[in-house]
Amino acid sequence: MIHLENVSKSFTLHNQGAAVIPVMAGATFDVAPGECVALIGNSGAGKSTLMRMIYGNYLSQSGRIMVGDVDVATAEPREIIALRRATLGYVSQFLRVVPRVPTVEVVAEPLLSVGTPKEVAFARARDLLARLNIPETLWSLSPTTFSGGEQQRVNIARGFAHTYPAMLLDEPTASLDATNRETVLTLIEEAKARGVAIIGIFHDAPARARVADREIDVSDFTPAKEV
Amino acid sequence: MSAQITPPLPIPLLSVKDIHKTYGGRIGCTDVSFDLYPGEVMGIVGESGSGKSTLLNCLAGHIPTDSGRVLFDTRDRGLIDTLTMSEPERRMLARTDWAFVHQHARDGLRMSVSAGGNVGERLMAVGARHYGDIRAQAVDWLGRVEIDEDRMDDRPTAFSGGMQQRLQIARNLVTGPRLVFMDEPTGGLDVSVQARLLDLLRGLVREMGLSAIIVTHDLAVVRLLADRLMVMKSGHVVETGLTDQVLDDPQHAYTQLLVSSVLQV
Repeated sequence: MIHLENVSKSFTLHNQGAAVIPVMAGATFDVAPGECVALIGNSGAGKSTLMRMIYGNYLSQSGRIMVGDVDVATAEPREIIALRRATLGYVSQFLRVVPRVPTVEVVAEPLLSVGTPKEVAFARARDLLARLNIPETLWSLSPTTFSGGEQQRVNIARGFAHTYPAMLLDEPTASLDATNRETVLTLIEEAKARGVAIIGIFHDAPARARVADREIDVSDFTPAKEV
Repeated sequence: MSAQITPPLPIPLLSVKDIHKTYGGRIGCTDVSFDLYPGEVMGIVGESGSGKSTLLNCLAGHIPTDSGRVLFDTRDRGLIDTLTMSEPERRMLARTDWAFVHQHARDGLRMSVSAGGNVGERLMAVGARHYGDIRAQAVDWLGRVEIDEDRMDDRPTAFSGGMQQRLQIARNLVTGPRLVFMDEPTGGLDVSVQARLLDLLRGLVREMGLSAIIVTHDLAVVRLLADRLMVMKSGHVVETGLTDQVLDDPQHAYTQLLVSSVLQV
């Protein structure tokens, strides 16, 4: 489902004398449907960078990033938008929403944007919010004023609302209590059972051991230092 | 005999080619080309004087262009160059499939006509004649932009800045346009009103499948509203791409400067 081939990345800092900082080279791996692959490596090794490249949020300098039949590394913006709408989900560590939009609508939005009828989308959103223990009294409020943990759970609910064939999870269990952590791990297991290809970053080692089928050490893709 | 079915190639709603505009010897904007597809929202960002408003006004036919083409996928005749189309045709287009939301609501409203009249006028311009229908549609649209029905007969001069801006949006969208040009739609509004307007615009874009071109210098606005971004500097397009990619991984020196200059809240 996801196929990376010889992917590389560097940052050019024009405001610091056009310094070029290579951060990744030769990244190659596959993720099959129903498989969960965990990215590991020290902080700064490039786990989040790689994930952002797969999502099309960061540009790649070379290589191929196939998600389904779209090469994210070379696709047009509208192809990536279509891919993100239907095929590729991403649960980041931050919730970014339009102020004033009620939580239930924030969660239902990915479904609405693929044309799911309003009632179905909202029912699914309410179900997920309930599973993630967001008190019903908060559903009609904007999540911008919620606590960090609540925002993270709203973000997860939103990420799992639509059934994407491929998903990227950046620390989905961070800052969650035991009950909610269990719910999120169950959601991931359910997604795998449905054949979703997942790439995740989990600092929580027991969680990783439970849901991940394989580990990929991102520091293997660190570019060789010039001498 | 069954014909081979091939997926249709997507036709852009708007196809802009090599727009060039100078003011005397000064470049307004130059070398601008892009395609906008149905349902897409494109943001144009850049500092004051970068040519973004000039470009928007060229595209909308408000100011003459030195050279270039602006092809629009019309309902009846397909892609047509709007820059060479006859004046009546262009005016018809501006009243039906196009809409233009000005930064200052008073530029887009008739200040001496009631709120309901402002909305109804555009309907009448495309042939609506039944008073009851026009009034009902005006009420519906004022509701959508959150203006109470009992303010319908007030003139926009009696409205706050945010209400005037919402009224301008209602007036523009009532005829169900397919392409909306917006020039700093949230400029000059305080933040709570801005948030409300952003929420409204996003909902309308999704429900009506609108395409839009939004000129702004506010990067937070484009992050929430635009799918794609075009960054302009001194009349030139210096970078284009997916909105979050341009903002999170800017490639051009100017974009890097622009993004890093935003104050963190």
